[in-house]
Amino acid sequence: MQHQLLIGYDDRHTFLNRLSGSTKLLCFVGLSIIGMMTYDTRYLLGIMVLSLILFHFSRIKFRDVSFILSVILGFSVLNLVMVYVFAPHYGVTIYGTEHLLLGHHAAYFNLTTEQLFYEFNLLLKYTFMVPLALIFLMTTNPSEFAASLNKIGVSYRISYSVAIALRYIPDVQSDYRTISLAQQARGFEISKKAKFMTRVRGGVQILLPLIFSSLDRIEVISQAMELRRFGKGKRRTWYMAQRFKRNDYLALLIVGLLIVLGIALFRVNGGRFWNPFKA
Amino acid sequence: MQNKQSNSIRTVVATGIGAAIIFVLMKFVAIPTGIPNTQFNVAIGFLALLGAIFGPVAAGLAVFIGHALNDFVTYGSPWWTWIIVDGLVGVAFGLAKNRLKIADGALKTSKLVWFNVYQVIVNFVAWVLLAPTGDIIIYHEPASKVYLQGITTWIVDSISVAIIGTLLLALYARTRTQRGSLKKEK
Amino acid sequence: MTAPIISFKDFSFQYNSQTEPTLRHINLDIYPGEKVLIAGPSGSGKSTLGRCLNGLIPQSYPGTVSGQATVAGQDIRHSSIFDLSLNVGTVLQDPDSQFVGLTVVEDMAFSLENDQQSQDAMQTATQQWAQTLDLQHLLTHRPQELSGGQKQRVAMAGVLIDNSKVLLFDEPLASLDPASGKASMALIDRLTHSQELTVVIIEHRIEDVLQQPIDRLVVMQDGEIVANDRPETILRESLMAQLGLREPLYLSALKLAGIPLRDCRHLDDLTHLSAPNLTPTLQHWTQGVTLNAPVAHTDPLLDIQGLSFGYTPDHPILHDLSLTLHRGEMISLVGQNGVGKSTLSNLITGFLTPQAGQLTFAGRSLNQQSVKERADHIGYILQDPNQMISKTLIYDEVAAGLVLRGIDEDTIHDRVLATLKVCGLYEFRHWPISALSFGQKKRVTIAAILVLQPEMLILDEPTAGQDLAHYTEMMTFLEKINRDQQMTIMLITHDMHLMLEYTDRTIVLGGGNVLMDAAPADVLTNQAIIERASLAKTSLYTLAEQHQLDPTEFVAKFVQAEREVRACNTNS
Ligand SMILES: Nc1ncnc2c1ncn2[C@@H]1O[C@H](COP(=O)(O)OP(=O)(O)OP(=O)(O)O)[C@@H](O)[C@H]1O
Ligand SMILES: Nc1ncnc2c1ncn2[C@@H]1O[C@H](COP(=O)(O)OP(=O)(O)OP(=O)(O)O)[C@@H](O)[C@H]1O
Ligand SMILES: [Mg+2]
Ligand SMILES: [Mg+2]
Repeated sequence: MQHQLLIGYDDRHTFLNRLSGSTKLLCFVGLSIIGMMTYDTRYLLGIMVLSLILFHFSRIKFRDVSFILSVILGFSVLNLVMVYVFAPHYGVTIYGTEHLLLGHHAAYFNLTTEQLFYEFNLLLKYTFMVPLALIFLMTTNPSEFAASLNKIGVSYRISYSVAIALRYIPDVQSDYRTISLAQQARGFEISKKAKFMTRVRGGVQILLPLIFSSLDRIEVISQAMELRRFGKGKRRTWYMAQRFKRNDYLALLIVGLLIVLGIALFRVNGGRFWNPFKA
Repeated sequence: MQNKQSNSIRTVVATGIGAAIIFVLMKFVAIPTGIPNTQFNVAIGFLALLGAIFGPVAAGLAVFIGHALNDFVTYGSPWWTWIIVDGLVGVAFGLAKNRLKIADGALKTSKLVWFNVYQVIVNFVAWVLLAPTGDIIIYHEPASKVYLQGITTWIVDSISVAIIGTLLLALYARTRTQRGSLKKEK
Repeated sequence: MTAPIISFKDFSFQYNSQTEPTLRHINLDIYPGEKVLIAGPSGSGKSTLGRCLNGLIPQSYPGTVSGQATVAGQDIRHSSIFDLSLNVGTVLQDPDSQFVGLTVVEDMAFSLENDQQSQDAMQTATQQWAQTLDLQHLLTHRPQELSGGQKQRVAMAGVLIDNSKVLLFDEPLASLDPASGKASMALIDRLTHSQELTVVIIEHRIEDVLQQPIDRLVVMQDGEIVANDRPETILRESLMAQLGLREPLYLSALKLAGIPLRDCRHLDDLTHLSAPNLTPTLQHWTQGVTLNAPVAHTDPLLDIQGLSFGYTPDHPILHDLSLTLHRGEMISLVGQNGVGKSTLSNLITGFLTPQAGQLTFAGRSLNQQSVKERADHIGYILQDPNQMISKTLIYDEVAAGLVLRGIDEDTIHDRVLATLKVCGLYEFRHWPISALSFGQKKRVTIAAILVLQPEMLILDEPTAGQDLAHYTEMMTFLEKINRDQQMTIMLITHDMHLMLEYTDRTIVLGGGNVLMDAAPADVLTNQAIIERASLAKTSLYTLAEQHQLDPTEFVAKFVQAEREVRACNTNS
């Protein structure tokens, strides 16, 4: 089913499932920020290996995620090609040396080890978080997610907005499908048979009921929530919130150390790049 | 006048539902432009309406949440610079609320023209100035590549808002009933 | 005497966008422990009155208030929705929107979370109410996985958990199958006693509500209260029909048989109903009616062979279903909530693709046809009107299909206006759709399909939320096009009355297949089928049994007599 694609959450009874959502969120955000900053290949590779090990322990089946993986890989490769087309010498600029592999020194399109290395770093950056993201998506109970956001300091109203988004995405999806079919039944041809403009007009025709009925829905849901006293206090409690246990502190400690290591590497490398060509 | 309490709850709900719609539109109704990671985006047209009705907070957060969730499930990791810039665009669209006054009924053409000039500028600042700069500083990507992505996004997003956003705004305004205007006709 | 818990004194309210007040000079007192039913035509202001009870008016809906209204001693004008909500629990018309939690148990705990209760307290409370409402096995389910009846119960649990003293239900029965409806009403009755609640129910299905004792019936019309009394008094004076409400069927039967209502005792309670010479009079009437031979329809129109479908492979909804519908038939499709009625119509119209099976329409296979091609022959009106409406103005909405088919403007104009008249929407033709009530919106979608004049019509719950006048008007119209144009009509419905009185063939779905396919009177007198398909015995059946009549025959004769009366009325 379609909504399984969004949240393939399932209780797989691993220690990752038992970690509190707040812990996983903090670890994920922490690692993704440091990973975004650094261009230290060793560090990125290390985290990649670590997350692959975790992925193995999470008992997520490969075929459940193979589709999304191929999409991600496809996009990454496209981006890499584009970087090469637009800036084939960018690696040389960054690392300050030039080791020619193919082509001529003065040619626009040539291939250098530096460029390859830079693009390899990029690929790592595009993908190193993917196993962690999948683990996060597939081991965190969506119900607990909002509570976790609130716990790590996001205001409860914003946290609840996220809960509402997760609650209504499947509904919006199935509404979209039904409305599209109902409009086709009225005579809008939006299948591939029709001309481009007709299809666009048909598309708008679906958009309108979807959007206008959703706006009505906002009214009704606000009323339902107000009638049950949402927004009454400065805080609210969460039925699904989880308390921190020993493992949570342990996980936070490990990730904390990793982040410190990442920052330390900035100093060691004298910047965000690790340059193997200098030696 | 609706009281403040109701309005703050409506903002929460509008953020959540808005994010759900933006997510679905981004995921299922985006037409690729041929340049990686840029597409003809229907969601941004809807964002204009969301901002005009519910204001900067709801629009900014809704697109932030919707975009982050979408990146999460399609690319595995969120591309933070663009998500934040998208959120800022939402805030900017929301700031047009007081000028458009859409809840009061029909929009004059002059207002729609003003809004379109405004949105093209907003999109320019966001996609040609902010987003690529962020990409260069944070992700260290080559400038020519990210500027091309930025300019493409600026153009398609502006077109999308100009067509879909304007249409939605005009239609929504028409459904608003003016004070004391409903009367049965024999 | 105790003080009223709800009290309206010369209360009026006008929405800002309206030119006239929606509620006018309301005087109403409701005492603690009372169970009150509010009925009245669509648009008469019932929901508006409900919004005054829970404070949405004037807090959330801007408008002008005059007069006085207090709920549990608080003036509604000066108290916040939060304060009132501790006293009044509201179950809204649409359980889908009321369900805000990601899972059942979170939704139940929602108001407790807002009150900042501890997790332990929430667990105790949700356990207790899950037990009372029989939701234990559903606690971790998501709303998308529940049937209509289950959602309704979750909505109730989420409100009852507050221990409010007053409960307000806006059309709790609209989308429930008869058995679930009955169970809900019985549950509400039980809770009234065990929790000492005051209950206010807004509902069109009066007969179903009256199956449990009701203390007071309030009838609204055009924003005013026109009757406010014990149900028995109102029933006895035959006020219901005059006020545009539907009488319980047994009353109509008594009247047909010529029994004066003023001689009856316990008119509101069928099991204790008594009147002089009741049995002989009924038997005499039955003997006096001869059943006409049913009209036979033999020209097959839609043929379904071996249809199988499931949303997921491990959970089939329909299995090897075969069925033939004939030209000119008026069919009702009934069955439990979630049995697959809407799924079947989605398969027929091409909204879903079957896993196996052949569909043939007028001799041509449907399997290769697109949704649009099928729609040229089969008009389909969905359960939820919001999913069909794509324009902002009523006229444009109804005209949209014709415009797309390239018909000239004058013809469109004539046909749209004629259809709007039939559907009772003529006077609203220039309104935006957003200003209509649910029932009115539903009629807009029916009009938008009727105007296309298809060969066959499928209507998913056409009468849900409709009042008697519009219901009769619409059904009379459907009957007319069915008869004059030999249009085949299939109605998906939970309304036993509709099925009995207007259709000549009933298809009962159950267990993925057709449970029974027979005349409505035969279905409704078959105890085994009634139980398996969550239908409900009508009061006619009980009446017949009590007076030693053959129920099937009695029901059939009643329906025939009613139809003759109706035919006379429409011809004159
Ligand atoms: N928010 C609103 N703004 C303006 N007018 C409204 C609003 N809600 C309802 N009305 C109008 O008030 C009248 C009464 O509506 P209400 O919803 O109370 O009817 P109802 O008796 O509950 O009908 P139904 O049985 O169809 O639910 C209708 O004519 C409707 O158009
Ligand atoms: N999109 C869907 N995905 C998965 N399951 C679905 C979907 N739509 C319906 N179902 C399931 O299929 C079954 C049949 O649903 P359907 O809507 O056809 O029931 P119905 O007979 O029309 O019920 P009701 O009387 O409540 O309208 C239900 O158990 C429902 O939960
Ligand atoms: Mg109502
Ligand atoms: Mg259904």
